[in-house]
Amino acid sequence: MGSILIFLSVLLIIGVWWLSRQGLMAKPWLEQGIAADWPSTSSAAPAAAKAGLKVFLAVVGSLFALFISAYAIRMQLPDWRALPLPKVLWLNTGMLILSSLALHGAWNAARQGKDDELKIGLLAASVTTLAFLSGQLLAWRQLTTEGYVLSSNSANAFFYVLTGIHGLHLLGGLAVLGRTTARAWQGVGAERLRLSVDLCAMYWHFLLLVWLILLSILTGWAGNMIDICRQLLS
Amino acid sequence: MVDVPLGPIGTAPSPATEDVELYHPHSWVTKYVFSQDAKIIAIQYSFVALTVGLIALVLSWLMRLQLGFPGVFTFIDANAYYQFITMHGMMMVVYVLTALFLGGFGNYLIPLMVGARDMVFPYLNMLSFWVYLLAVLILVASFFAPGGPTGAGWTLYPPQAIMSGTPGGQDWGIVLMLVSLMVFIIGFTMGGLNYVVTVLQARARGMTLMRMPLTVWGIFTASFMALLAFPALFVGAVMMLFDRALGTSFFMPAIVEMGQTLDRSGGSPLLFQHLFWFFGHPEVYIVALPAFGIVSDLISTHARRNIFGYRMMVWALLAIGALSFVVWAHHMYVSGMNPYFGFFFATTTLIIAIPTAIKVYNWILTLWRGDIHLNVPMLFALAFIVTFLNGGLTGLFLGNVVVDVPLSDTMFVVAHFHMVMGVAPILVIFGAIYHWYPKVTGRMLNDTLGKLHFWVTFLGAYAIFFPMHYLGLMGVPRRYHEIGEMAFVPPSAHTLNAFITIVALIVGAVQLVFVFNLFWSLRHGRPSGGNPWRATTLEWQTPETPPPHGNWGKELPVVYRWAYDYSVPGAAEDFLPQNQPNAQATAGLAHG
Repeated sequence: MGSILIFLSVLLIIGVWWLSRQGLMAKPWLEQGIAADWPSTSSAAPAAAKAGLKVFLAVVGSLFALFISAYAIRMQLPDWRALPLPKVLWLNTGMLILSSLALHGAWNAARQGKDDELKIGLLAASVTTLAFLSGQLLAWRQLTTEGYVLSSNSANAFFYVLTGIHGLHLLGGLAVLGRTTARAWQGVGAERLRLSVDLCAMYWHFLLLVWLILLSILTGWAGNMIDICRQLLS
Repeated sequence: MVDVPLGPIGTAPSPATEDVELYHPHSWVTKYVFSQDAKIIAIQYSFVALTVGLIALVLSWLMRLQLGFPGVFTFIDANAYYQFITMHGMMMVVYVLTALFLGGFGNYLIPLMVGARDMVFPYLNMLSFWVYLLAVLILVASFFAPGGPTGAGWTLYPPQAIMSGTPGGQDWGIVLMLVSLMVFIIGFTMGGLNYVVTVLQARARGMTLMRMPLTVWGIFTASFMALLAFPALFVGAVMMLFDRALGTSFFMPAIVEMGQTLDRSGGSPLLFQHLFWFFGHPEVYIVALPAFGIVSDLISTHARRNIFGYRMMVWALLAIGALSFVVWAHHMYVSGMNPYFGFFFATTTLIIAIPTAIKVYNWILTLWRGDIHLNVPMLFALAFIVTFLNGGLTGLFLGNVVVDVPLSDTMFVVAHFHMVMGVAPILVIFGAIYHWYPKVTGRMLNDTLGKLHFWVTFLGAYAIFFPMHYLGLMGVPRRYHEIGEMAFVPPSAHTLNAFITIVALIVGAVQLVFVFNLFWSLRHGRPSGGNPWRATTLEWQTPETPPPHGNWGKELPVVYRWAYDYSVPGAAEDFLPQNQPNAQATAGLAHG
C-alpha cells in the first residue's frame, strides 16, 4: 500500500499548503464585516470547471495509485511471471506524447486566438489519441495470440486491467475532445473554446503522466521504487 | 465581544442575478423528476435512502428473529441468514448512511449554507442521483436473481465470496453486488465533485472558510475523503469481478472446492482485505464527520450558545480526516498479517481518539451554562453524544491488538460497531430531519410523535446493544446462524438474545411512527415560518420557505459574521444571522 500512501502524502502537502492560505488561524468570532479584497464573482464558471477537474484528477490518481499498490503486493507472490511487453507499446507511448504536445499547441493557440492552429492542434490530438488506443488494442491482440491470456497469470491480468482502465479514461476524455474538435471545425472561435481546450490539455497531460508511470512499472524499471514502497510497510 | 472589522461595515453590494447562469426547469418532469435543483435532488436521495433503510431494517428483524428464537422460523436457514447479514450491512453502510449524509444533507444544505444558488455542476448532480438509483435497483434485483443475493458477509472477503459454498458465490448474487458497488461509486464521484467544488468556488460574498457552519465543514471533509477512499473499493470490486467472471487469480489462492482442485493459484486474499479496509475505515469517518458537523450546529442552536472552540473543531475535523487513512489495518489484526503492523496501527488508532475527544469536550462545553431547549432535534443530538462516547470507548478497547484478538469474533464487535456507526449516525440523521424539515416543507414535524419516536429509539437501542457487549465478553460468537449448545454459553444468554430480539422488533416498529409523521406533517404540521429555531446560519434566512429554485430571489446574501452569534450581549434578539451587517443597528431599531 506504499504507493497510495505516497500519493496521499502528496495530496496532504498540497492540502495543507492550500489550507494555510485560507486563514485557518482566523478568529471568526472576533471578526465582522467583509474583507475588502473579496472577489466580486466567486462562482465564475471557468474557475469552477477547472477546480472540478483538479479534484477529479485527484480521484483518478487515487484509483491508479491503488491499482499500483495492489500490483506491488501481488507481484511479490511466488507464482508471478512477468510477461514480455509488446514492442508496439513504445510506438503507442510516442503517440500519446505527440497528442499531449498537440494539445499543448492547441492550448497556446486558444490563448492567442489563432483559430487555424487551434483546429489543427485539436485534430492532431484526436488522431494521435485514436492511434494510441488502437495501438493498445493491437498490443492486447498480440499478447493473446502469443498465449499470454488473462487467466493464465496475474501479471497478464494486471497488464490488461491497468491498460484497460487507462484506456477507458482516455476514451472518456476523447468524447469531450472530439466534441471540442468538431465545434472548432464548425467555426466556433478560439475565445469560446478556450475553457474546453484548457480542460482537455490538463486531462491529457495527467493521463500521459499516469501512462509513463504505468509503463515504468510494467517494464520493471520502477522495481527499486516498488521495493522501497514495500519496505515502508513491512 | 470585540468588533474587529475586516472591512467597511455596512451593506456591501451583492452580485446581481444576471451574473449567475442558472438552469431553469420548463416542465413538471424537469422540475420534479429529472430535476437539476440540488434541493429536489436532496429529497430524491433522502427518499430512496430511507426506503433502502426500511428494507435493511426488515432484514435485521429477520436476523434477530433467528438469533432470538432459533429453529422457530424455518424459512430462515443458514444461507438466508447470511444473505440477510450481507445485505443489511452493505445497504446500511453504503446505500443508506453515505447516500443520506452526502447525497441528502449535502445536496440540501451546502448551497443554502454557503449562500449559493445551486451546486456548481447541476447536470452532473442530477446524473449522480439517477446513477445512485440504478445502483440501488441492481442491488435490490439480486433478491430476485437465481440463487438470491450474496451471503458473503458485508466485507465480501474472498475466496469464500466467490465460491460455491457461499450463497450467491457462483450465482448472480456476488456479481450484482460488485456491479452495484461500482455503479454507486461512479455516481457518488459525480456528486462528490459537486459538494467539494461548490464549497470551494460558490461561497457567498464574505463567507470565508472559517465562517462556514461546521455542518458544511463536516460534509466537505467527508466528501473529499470519500472521493479518495471509494476508489479502493472500486479497485477491489473490479479485481474480484475479474476473479469471479474471467478466471483470474488476483485474490484466489490455490484452493480445493468440494474435493476438486480449482484452476487458480497464488492469489492473495489479504490483498483484498487491505483494499477493502483502505476504503472501509475512512468510510466510518465519511459517515461520522457530517454527523459531527450537524451535531455541532444542532447543539449550538438549541442551547443558544456559540460553539465552544470553533477553530479547534475545524482542525479536529481535518485531523480526523487525514488520520483515518492510516488506521485501516486495525480491522485486520486477526488476518494473519505481520504482527508488527499491529503496533503501528494500534498507535494511529489511539491517536485518532485525541481529536475525537476534543470534539466531545467542546460539545459538552458548548452545553455548559447554555439555555438548553430540550426539543426533539436537541434530544437526538444529546443522545448522539452519549452513544458516540459509548461506542468510542469500546473502540479504544478493540484498537489494542491484545484485547481485539480474543474479542474479534464475538458479539462485542457487533455491539461496538452498531453503537458507534449504526446508532450514533442514525440518531444524528433523525435529529437533522426534525431540525431541517421545517425548512424543506414549511411545516413542523409533530412534537409528541417525535418525542415518542426519540425515547423508544434511544432507550431501545441501548436495550439492544448494551447487553450485546456482555454476550460478546461471554464469548458468544458473531456471524453464527445458530449458537447451538456451547459449554461456555450459559442458558441465560439465550434468554438475553430473545429479549434483544423483542426490543429490536419494537424499535423497528416505532420507525413507522416516524415515517407516518413525515407524511402526516406535510399536510397537517404546524406552519413553521422561515426560521422557527431562530438560527443564525444562511439557510434559515432565505426570503421564502421552502426556498424556491435559485434559493435567494434577486440578490445573493452577503455574509458579515460567523455562524454562531448566539446570545450576543447588546443585540436585540439572542441571535445574529450571518447576513446581518451590524449588531447595534438592529438593537437601535428595536429600541427606536
